[in-house]
Amino acid sequence: MKSFATFGNELYTGERTYQFVGRRKLWFGITAVAVLLSILVPLLGGGFNFGIEFRGGSQFTISNVSNTSPSIGEKAVSEGAPGTVAVVTNIAGKTMQVQTDRLSDDQTIKVKDALKTAYGVADSQIASTFVGPSWGQDVSRQAIIGFIVFVLLATIMMALYFRTWRMSIAAIVGLLVVMVVTAGVYAASNFEVTPSAIIGFLTILSYSLYDTVVVFDKIRENTADIKSSTRRTFGEEVNLAVNQTLVRSINTMMVAVLPVGSILFIGAMLLGAGTLRDLSLALFIGIIVSTFSTVFVAAPMYAWLREHEPELVKQAKKVQARRAAEAVDA
Amino acid sequence: MARTGPTSMARRTLLWLGAIIIVCILAVGGGVLSGAASWAPKLGLDLEGGTQMILAPKVEGAGSISAEQLNQAVAIIRQRVDGSGVSESQISTEGGRNVVVQMPGTPTNEQRNLIKASANMNFRPVIVSSEAPAGAVPVAQRTPADKLPKPTAKPTNASDPNWVDAAIMKQYEATSCVAPMTEPDTNADPAKPMVACEADNGFKYILGPVEIPGKWIQTASYGLQTGAQGATTNQWQVALTLVKPQGADAFKAVTQRLYSKYLANPNDPQARFAIVLDGNVVSAPASQAVITDGQSSITGNFTEASAKTLADQLKFGALPISFDIQSDEQISATLGLQQLEMGLLAGLIGLGLVVVYSLFQYRALGFVTITSLIIAGGLTYLAIILLGWGENYRLSLAGVAGIIVSIGQTADSFIVYFERVRDELRDGRGLVAAVDNGWMRAKRTILASKAVNILASIVLYFVSVGNVKGFAFTLGLTAVADLIVVFMFTHPTLLLLARTRFFGEGHHFSGLDPVQLGAVPLYRGAGRFRSPEDTLAVARGKNARAAGEAERRQTIAERRLAAKEAQMVGSRGAGAKKPEPRDDSKEGK
Repeated sequence: MKSFATFGNELYTGERTYQFVGRRKLWFGITAVAVLLSILVPLLGGGFNFGIEFRGGSQFTISNVSNTSPSIGEKAVSEGAPGTVAVVTNIAGKTMQVQTDRLSDDQTIKVKDALKTAYGVADSQIASTFVGPSWGQDVSRQAIIGFIVFVLLATIMMALYFRTWRMSIAAIVGLLVVMVVTAGVYAASNFEVTPSAIIGFLTILSYSLYDTVVVFDKIRENTADIKSSTRRTFGEEVNLAVNQTLVRSINTMMVAVLPVGSILFIGAMLLGAGTLRDLSLALFIGIIVSTFSTVFVAAPMYAWLREHEPELVKQAKKVQARRAAEAVDA
Repeated sequence: MARTGPTSMARRTLLWLGAIIIVCILAVGGGVLSGAASWAPKLGLDLEGGTQMILAPKVEGAGSISAEQLNQAVAIIRQRVDGSGVSESQISTEGGRNVVVQMPGTPTNEQRNLIKASANMNFRPVIVSSEAPAGAVPVAQRTPADKLPKPTAKPTNASDPNWVDAAIMKQYEATSCVAPMTEPDTNADPAKPMVACEADNGFKYILGPVEIPGKWIQTASYGLQTGAQGATTNQWQVALTLVKPQGADAFKAVTQRLYSKYLANPNDPQARFAIVLDGNVVSAPASQAVITDGQSSITGNFTEASAKTLADQLKFGALPISFDIQSDEQISATLGLQQLEMGLLAGLIGLGLVVVYSLFQYRALGFVTITSLIIAGGLTYLAIILLGWGENYRLSLAGVAGIIVSIGQTADSFIVYFERVRDELRDGRGLVAAVDNGWMRAKRTILASKAVNILASIVLYFVSVGNVKGFAFTLGLTAVADLIVVFMFTHPTLLLLARTRFFGEGHHFSGLDPVQLGAVPLYRGAGRFRSPEDTLAVARGKNARAAGEAERRQTIAERRLAAKEAQMVGSRGAGAKKPEPRDDSKEGK
């Protein structure tokens, strides 16, 4: 505890500095590799594992079964709907999931009855879902529209608030990195991509930009009168701001990840596949990646975008001159 | 310094917040007493159990569906669902393209088919009418088998009584058009006669084969009748336009036949034609003229509402909307309950971890975080209940997840605020001033970042479909609750706490201990922390204060570093690389 407070103090005063801006080539390089891997892994690994909402089909979930043998379910399905291939999995604890191709209403009822008898559960413990093949696409198309609208509006909003479009660009680049890397890690986990996962991705949109705005606001504060100051170059001011908000970034990440992690744990361990698990996995990855992206991508990107402005180049020269002069004086 | 201003302001703000909460509680309490509301939030289907069908309406020959058509689709489905006896069903549109039907329990196969069937409207001539509300004929009084009609000749036109054979007569007698109503035959063969009821008045009919299919209806509207002199009367009417030439020609033939019957006997049921929608007669007007141009008007004892309903129903006929089932989900009540319990458990664990982390990081200040979180949670809960009551908002599992996720983002507002206050303390301000200044800075950041969250939830809410909507909604709701709490609770509370001894003097466990935060007192004259360089520092601090706050704060910081490094250099001896006294960002490690 004591050490963490000290850590915060040192970061604040500049006693301890991490070179987020100075070593940006390294960070950008790592980011590029991560982005590349995130694109390559799903491509080579056979793409995303799309859930039933994207493939279309029927699904039954049976809770509180005493015997979790998948063969019981397979036999029941072939009784209820002869010729249908069923994928039966024990998704968690006492919960079985049966997925089949699209069944007719009659077949659905027969299969449901057969499963009920086979697993010896009450009617209320079987849930059935039928999904048309376009439902998942529908959700994702709307999600993509939402994503584009949000990014455009957020870009404008940030440009107005920060009075520079370069902050918007840097923030959006950071956001894109977050999205790609999160999707890549999600694909690598081989969890099913369901509408819940899409919700998770959309939430990261909001979280990631939120995190960036907090840090950028400190950058804005630190660099407000940069042109009349010879204390630090622009890049150094940005770096100091990131360091000064580092404790906030870590605390926020922890506080955000803890509840999500507990949903993920409960969802994956006790409930099995479903809304909670897919959503929280996407969020869990996304929150961590967002924090890193803000610090290692968005902020250095902003410094890099602006450093070449003539006025800032001039200012940087003044800083150098002052330092040289002071070195001589000393 | 007179500090009564901010203190009383803070107290007043807290009172206001209390008042808002009490008003909300009273509102809900009143609702509960009157039986309209409940202390528990309304639950969505995935938590409560039931059936949810998502239907995508399709209009024949058209790529997309307009908003008006979608509303008609909802009206069609609502009528079907209500007609099929499912109570408490909810029908809504989603994303401007889908119709969502939610109902408790599991619909029967017939109900399911009825809901997804395409609208089926057509015109049939009346052959037999009960002319009065009619139930089923008691079994004892039914026509014996040998007396049932046996048509002698082939029917010559659609109104021909020869259509009525034994089977139809039996069906007619068995059908009840008053409660309990016989289920309508939605899939009647258009080439054969059928038995149908008019739900509004309970009349029972035998109708001839279809003469005008719904697709021949071009449009329909309603308005006030115009009298002979062109003056508007008080009578409502429905204007009907048929497609030319097929619709108009067919209607001409029908009206010619029916009008001759009307002339012979205005009360002859066979002078009437029935407008049949999904097996129900919606209206059975008599033909009072021969309509040659496909433009007819239906008059009668219409009110504005009933005229509008009929015009809308005729429009359904003009729009052969069919429905694709996008998803059909049945959730058992047990599974829903299990999911809710797990969701709440996850929320409690998450909250517990956040509490532990806050106390660890912010010590006593952590309690302010916790209390703020509890108030934000309470406000969200009240809002969900009020919305459930007023807007029929239902909390779904995705919504629960949204709330759990928001714990982190809500707590972040406090983190931003507290970190700013700590920064101010590090600069050596007294706590009261640090809270004031920290708040000025944190306020901007919190507003800007929450704006991003609210923007995201609004965009998602309006463009998204399915679960995404419920999630976006709770996310937005919690962001607003968070803003309310930060402005009306956390800040005023901190203002007041800053004036207590425990916090004000920076107790070790207050989380705002200047020693721990490495603060250099700025305003307090002689301090324990004074170092030889301080004289210089104060002077510099003053200059810098004039130049700008941010710089001043860094000056102090840098001076300390420089002092430290100078010491180090001194101890190491001369010749080492000399640190620049006022720059640390490059050399500081």
